[in-house]
Amino acid sequence: MSVTTEAPDSGLRGSPRDRRADPIYRGVMYVAASSVLVILAAMIIRTSIEAWPVFRAMGIWGFVSGDLWSVGTSRSEVTGTYGAWPFIYGTLKISFIAIVFAVPLAIGIALYTNELAPDWLRRPLVYAVDTLAMVPSIVYALVGMYFFRIEIWAPVGQAVAGSPLGAIPFFSGPVLLSSYWSAANILTIMILPIITAICRDVFAQVPLDERNAAYAMGATRWEVMSKVIVPRSFSGIVGGTMLGLGRALGETLAVAVLIGSTQRWIPALFQGGDAMTSVIANTFQDAHPEAIWALLAIGVTLFFITMFVNVGARIIVSRVSARVGGGAVL
Amino acid sequence: MSIDSPPRASFTDEHPSLKVRTPNARRRELVSKIMSWVLAGTVIAALTPLVLLLWQVIARGGPAFGWEFLTQLEPMSFRETGGGYAAGIVGTLYMTGVAAIVSIPLGICAALYLNEQPHGRYAGTVRFFTDVMTGVPSIFVGLAVYALLVSGSGGLGIGFGTAAGAAALGIIMLPIVVRTSEEMLRLVPADLKFAAVGMGARQWQTTFKVTLPAAAPGLTTGAILAVARGAGETAPLLMTALGARQIITSFTGAPQGDIGLLMLDGFRQPFAPGIERAWAGGLTLILITLSMSIIARLIARRSQV
Repeated sequence: MSVTTEAPDSGLRGSPRDRRADPIYRGVMYVAASSVLVILAAMIIRTSIEAWPVFRAMGIWGFVSGDLWSVGTSRSEVTGTYGAWPFIYGTLKISFIAIVFAVPLAIGIALYTNELAPDWLRRPLVYAVDTLAMVPSIVYALVGMYFFRIEIWAPVGQAVAGSPLGAIPFFSGPVLLSSYWSAANILTIMILPIITAICRDVFAQVPLDERNAAYAMGATRWEVMSKVIVPRSFSGIVGGTMLGLGRALGETLAVAVLIGSTQRWIPALFQGGDAMTSVIANTFQDAHPEAIWALLAIGVTLFFITMFVNVGARIIVSRVSARVGGGAVL
Repeated sequence: MSIDSPPRASFTDEHPSLKVRTPNARRRELVSKIMSWVLAGTVIAALTPLVLLLWQVIARGGPAFGWEFLTQLEPMSFRETGGGYAAGIVGTLYMTGVAAIVSIPLGICAALYLNEQPHGRYAGTVRFFTDVMTGVPSIFVGLAVYALLVSGSGGLGIGFGTAAGAAALGIIMLPIVVRTSEEMLRLVPADLKFAAVGMGARQWQTTFKVTLPAAAPGLTTGAILAVARGAGETAPLLMTALGARQIITSFTGAPQGDIGLLMLDGFRQPFAPGIERAWAGGLTLILITLSMSIIARLIARRSQV
């Protein structure tokens, strides 16, 4: 006796359509993940091709080290002289000054937030510093131009140039409103949040046992910070500094408005110069096709400098810990 | 020698009481106290520019800010008062919106891929270059989009406009979305996924019905922060959107306006009304980006996965 019952539709049986769903899903995810690499590669290849005539005419070394930037008006060939050194010099100068100011400040803020601040103050402090990162670059440019450089930076510059330090060419006057000094100052404020965020992360990674051991030996709070926490976080601080440097190198509008755009390179801190990003931003809209290639060449140079710095920074930061740096994406 | 009568005298001879503070200890304590104040000083040094900046923007942008500023076009001359940044506000929202619609789903999909293969070599490469991409200068993104899409010689030649501007903003947002989303997806407990898989759910069902809903608040936070970041960008729009003083609705073919570009035009002129509108534009941008980041943080705080 055999009763064959119709198997109820259990809903567990996959249809051929369902079976294809997962491979499709994985394929879409794979393509999405690859899009990052594709976009990055497309950007660098395309700009390099566009900029190639300028690199070929000047030679890569000639382009990087030449200090005459004289734009031609051709539509099809390179007729001008393109030496980007004044811009590279300006970019490196203001970025390094910004780093010199920002790193000690960032370490101080991170130590205060993590170690000294009362509990109720910690979260507001983190938010306040992160807010500095949310302010758009154009607003920094505006406030820098109409407030900071007039009320704070130029007077400070005057005081330094007027003191005995003014005899050194680097600090000599006259103090101009648009200068390397103003640009370096705005960069300091703008890169502070990312360095602070990385420092907070790495300081929080120092094992509690090590701190407690130091306290048990009778160390004061400052001794714990300066002899346990900071030395142990050294490589993380270096990584954070390099990330900040990468940001400083690529910062555009605030620098373009404040550096003076004089297409020269001079040692004086309180006078105007030019930077790679600012010459692109300031001259692009009026540029002839030939000059656009040259600006693209500056862009490519800038890309490789920041790429080098960022790759180094990411390698260092990821060595410290996988958990570090997640919050510092911004 | 009994335990009741410890040799107190000789003990103190060798070990001074803990209550005695040597000059050295006093000095170290003083240094520690001074350095605490120095560290507090660094915090004040960092917060002062923030306070000054917000004060300046509110005080100088406030007078020109208002309904008229948000809804009117800018007058033809920087000498004229009145009018507003409607063209820029529409352009900024339009381009940021298009960029967000493309880059947020793309970024979350990429993050899902990374999250499902935490240790894969290809995933590691993608993760690394995503990190590198967050550090690519925004002006370079602008140049690259110009060379890829805008320029007719070798590029697609779609010209300046909304599409090009949105592409640049999208490229800036994408790595931020990927990395923040991956952080958030990692917080979803593995047990939830095991439970779903144990019930016979397919991979895509696990993702769309378990992982994504569980991580939704975090993903929203990351997405909003990325959008806020994109909305505040101006530099790449110089060579992609180009700027416009009229409201532009077309997707390609006509240069598009942006709050930042209007500000740049306005505050580089020597005319007070134009500068005043630039301050109001700055206030608008700050309000957009800061309100977004506050919303993002409220969502993040409400629901920790």
